[in-house]
Formats: sequence, C-alpha cells, structure tokens
Amino acid sequence: MAASRSDDRLPPLVWAALLTAAALMVAPLVWTLLLSLKSNAELVGNSGAALGGPYTLENYGAIFGNSSTMRWLLNSAIVSLGTTAGVLVLASLAGYGFARLDFPFRRSLFVLVLLGLAIPSQAVILPQHQLFATLGLHNSYPGLILPGLIGPFGVFFMTQYMRAIPKELDEAAMLDGASRFTIFWRVILPLTIPAQSTLAVFTFLGSWNDYWWPLISATRSDMYTLTVGLAASQMNYAQTSGLGFLMAQAVFASIPIFIVYIIFQKQIVRAMAGAALK
Amino acid sequence: MTSAERRWQGLLFVAPFLLLYLLILIYPLLRGLWLSLYQVDLFGGGTFVGLANYARLAADPVFGQSLINTFLVTLMIVPLLTVVALALALALNRATRSAAILRGVFFSSAVLSVTIVTLIWRFILAPDAGLLGELWTALGREPLPFLSAPNLVLPALAMTTIWWSVGFPMLLFLAGLQQIPQDMYEAAALDRASKWTTFWRVTLPSLRRTTILVVMLQTAAQLQIFGQSQLLTAGGPSGASRTAVLFLFETAFGRWELGYASAAAEILFLIILAVTLTQYMLTGRVRAGEDGR
Repeated sequence: MAASRSDDRLPPLVWAALLTAAALMVAPLVWTLLLSLKSNAELVGNSGAALGGPYTLENYGAIFGNSSTMRWLLNSAIVSLGTTAGVLVLASLAGYGFARLDFPFRRSLFVLVLLGLAIPSQAVILPQHQLFATLGLHNSYPGLILPGLIGPFGVFFMTQYMRAIPKELDEAAMLDGASRFTIFWRVILPLTIPAQSTLAVFTFLGSWNDYWWPLISATRSDMYTLTVGLAASQMNYAQTSGLGFLMAQAVFASIPIFIVYIIFQKQIVRAMAGAALK
Repeated sequence: MTSAERRWQGLLFVAPFLLLYLLILIYPLLRGLWLSLYQVDLFGGGTFVGLANYARLAADPVFGQSLINTFLVTLMIVPLLTVVALALALALNRATRSAAILRGVFFSSAVLSVTIVTLIWRFILAPDAGLLGELWTALGREPLPFLSAPNLVLPALAMTTIWWSVGFPMLLFLAGLQQIPQDMYEAAALDRASKWTTFWRVTLPSLRRTTILVVMLQTAAQLQIFGQSQLLTAGGPSGASRTAVLFLFETAFGRWELGYASAAAEILFLIILAVTLTQYMLTGRVRAGEDGR
C-alpha cells in the first residue's frame, strides 16, 4: 500500500499511543497462548500462573488425541470448502447471465437479488429451520452448506466484474461458432480469476467463522463445526476439560484461519479498496 | 437454435442460483411474515391471530429490554469503533515497514470467529480467573465483576466487540485515504494550511462516503449482535445483556413459540432494513447497482 504522505514522521506522542493500542490488541492473544501452554492442574483457581513457567505442549497433544475436536475440524473444512466451491460456481454462472446476456425480466430479477443484501439471516432463521427439517437436512453437510450459497453478494460482485470485460470478446467467439457455455467457460471465466480468488477468500472466512446457522442446524455433536464445538466446550468447561485445554482448542481452531489470512492478505486489502470506492 | 430459444438462454445461467435463492431466502422471508400472524408451536398447526403477536411484543418488557440493550450496545460500539478505526488509518497510512506490521496487528482479531473471541475475553473479563482480574488484584484492588454486574456487562460486551471488529473499518478508511488526490494536499500546503486545518478541510470531507459506509455497516452489524451476549453472559445478569437476536433465539429455539418469535424477527428485520436503506440513499448505491450496461 503506497502512502500518500510518506515523508512526514509520526510525532512521538502518536507513536506512544499507537504502541499502547497495539499492546492492548495483542495482550489478549498472548494471554490465550500462555494459558494454552500451561497444565490444567496448575491453572485451577490461579490463572495468574500462566505468567511464569513451566510451559508444556500437553494440551495440544490432548487435542490430537481428542477425536471430537478433530472431527469438528474435518466438518469445518468440508463445510467451508463446499460452500466456497458452490458460491464460486453459482455466482459465476449468474454473474455471466446478468452481466452479458439479455433475457426476459433480467433487470427485475437482478433487483430481486440485490434486495437480498438487505435481508439479515436472523429474519429468516425460523422458516429456514422448518424448511430444512421438512427436507430432512439438519445434521448433514448439505444442510450446513446450502444456506451459505444464497448470499447475493457473490452474484453482485461477479456481475460487476464481468460487466467490465469488453463485449467484443463474446462477439468474436460467437462468429467462430462457439456456444454460450463455451464462451463462458473458455473465454470469460479465465479472465475473472482475480475476482474468483477474492470472493473465495471472503466466502471461506465467512463460512469457517459462521456460528448462527450451524448452531441451529447441527444439533448432534458429531456434526458440529469448530465454532459450535468451541461454544459447547466453553459452556461446559467447568465440568470437563480445564482451562489450558480449552485455550489450546481456541488456538488450534484459529490456526487455519490465520494461515488463510496471511496467504491472501493482498486479496483482502484489494477487496476493501473496491468496497470503499463503490 | 431459434432466436426465441436464444432469448431465454440467459435464464439458464442465472437459474441455479435463483432457484436456491427463492427457496432458501425469499420463501422463508414470506413464510416468516405469514407465521408472525399465527400462533404456532412446535407441533405445527396454528391459529390465525392477526396482529396479536405484535401487540404482545409491544407489551412484553423482556422484548423491550432486549431492544434497549441492543440500541445501547450499538451506541457504545459504533461511534467509538469509527473514531478508533479512523485514527488508526490516519496513523498507519504510510509506506513504512512498521506501519505495515501494525496494520496486520490491528486486523488480526477480525479473522477470528465469535466463539474464539468470547473464549479469549471470558478469561480476560472473569473476575476470578481473568487477566483484568489478575491485574486488578496485583494492584491491590477488588476485581471488577464485568460479566455479573448489570451496569458493567454492556460496556464489557462493547469492549470485546470493538477489539474484535476494528480491523475492517480501519482497512476501509485506509482504502478511502488512498483515494484522496495528492494535489489537494499540495494546494493546502501552498495555502500554508496547518495540519489541523488540512485534516478538517481536506481529509475529513473526502472521507464522507467511507464514513457513512463504515457507520451504517457497523450499525447494521451490531443491531444483530448475538454471539457475544449468548456465550459470555447468556443474556444475564437477569436480562441486562439480552440482545434482540438472543431474545429471538430463545423464543424460537428454547420455547418454540414460532409465531411470536417470527413477529420479533420481523421487527428486527424492519429496523435493519431502515438502516440499510438509509445507507443506500446516502451513498447512492441503489443507482450504482441498477445501472444497465
């Protein structure tokens, strides 16, 4: 990110304030990490023990021996990857249709999709729950994935992106006798890779961190995602695992998401720039 | 292929999304409206009661309290979050290595899920086992019962949320700052405008759209605040931190009063819709979205 006024130095007072804020930001994370490295027994009634050694990796060892945490990790991975793949396919197809083809009711249907941006998921949760119960989809992967596919943002985003691609490309391919689908698949789709990766990162992050729908749909603990599993652990923590183990679970659950964040930082920043422009 | 077939071809591309969209979003939206006019319980069946559910909501002190809590916590979060995010963006809008690292630091919490965030903050706020409690005790003071005192619990939720959410608005402001043309600053420098004047006359007016976007997005998001309240305090003590969405959740999936919960969902929907439409009007996004080709 290029700065607009890079030469002027920050005054010392601003620096001090910034570093204090950064410390406040990081302290909870460090505290969590320290707690996760302590034996559960030492922390009983004295979480302050986390500030000094001895530290141990036994809680992390316990996670790998704990079949439910690994199962939740697997569920989260399946649901997030499934949702991401589904959103990319549906949003690309619909984006192509809305941006580059003309068909009856195109404009009204697009407005209908845009209206969805203003519908919060809480407003429709009850009928959604009933619908999925009728279809017998609760406690299943399709049941966890499907509500993640209907976000209008992906369609809006791909439509905007595909609109910007010159019309002449389709026309040239048409003259060569290519079908609409071939044009979509061979000509347009390869040009949208940057948009695909941005949409993929945001969909994956959103799906991995979603708490609301899996909380309601996954009621059997073997179908929990990590977010719901961690919620259940922290509510029952007094009876069960112990503070160190609980914190190790939190650290463990955030590792995949931090990896995704570090790899795709550029896409995230670029998407923010786009949002601020619109 | 006839031209009539070609005319409908585009519909095939949008159909897969549209069918799911109609089934999983639009149908539930209408069905929810219908449900809110009935008295329905878990065992199906239902009696048409007209607006009785809404009348009951209006008279329900628990629902009223949950709405007030939601507005209060939104008011605590949004202005502070906006100012902090803007301040961070102004300080970190430079091409140095340290600024890049600090941008990463301030964004890092935003990628965590609400369950991890509440797990972390539970053991910061809890008076007997938390970081703040330890610090207070070390200073020889009585630890503050953040999660069990009625007047401290909403500020505690707000603090947790600000820590969690500051990253995205900061990035939005940074992106907004990048859009300000350099020559506006050069002109201000020629006029010997002070830094303060430049900030008020150049920077802030140029960030108008970004600020509206941040404030409205955050308001809509915080009016739906749920996980923090459910996981940290279960809405307690005695309802002091029960938010509107938690009320909806408890009514629907705890007591299974489906008609009543649907009415609460519609009220919440209308409030959030009003915020979203305000944002669209202020930033002109509706026109941008509808423009043809």
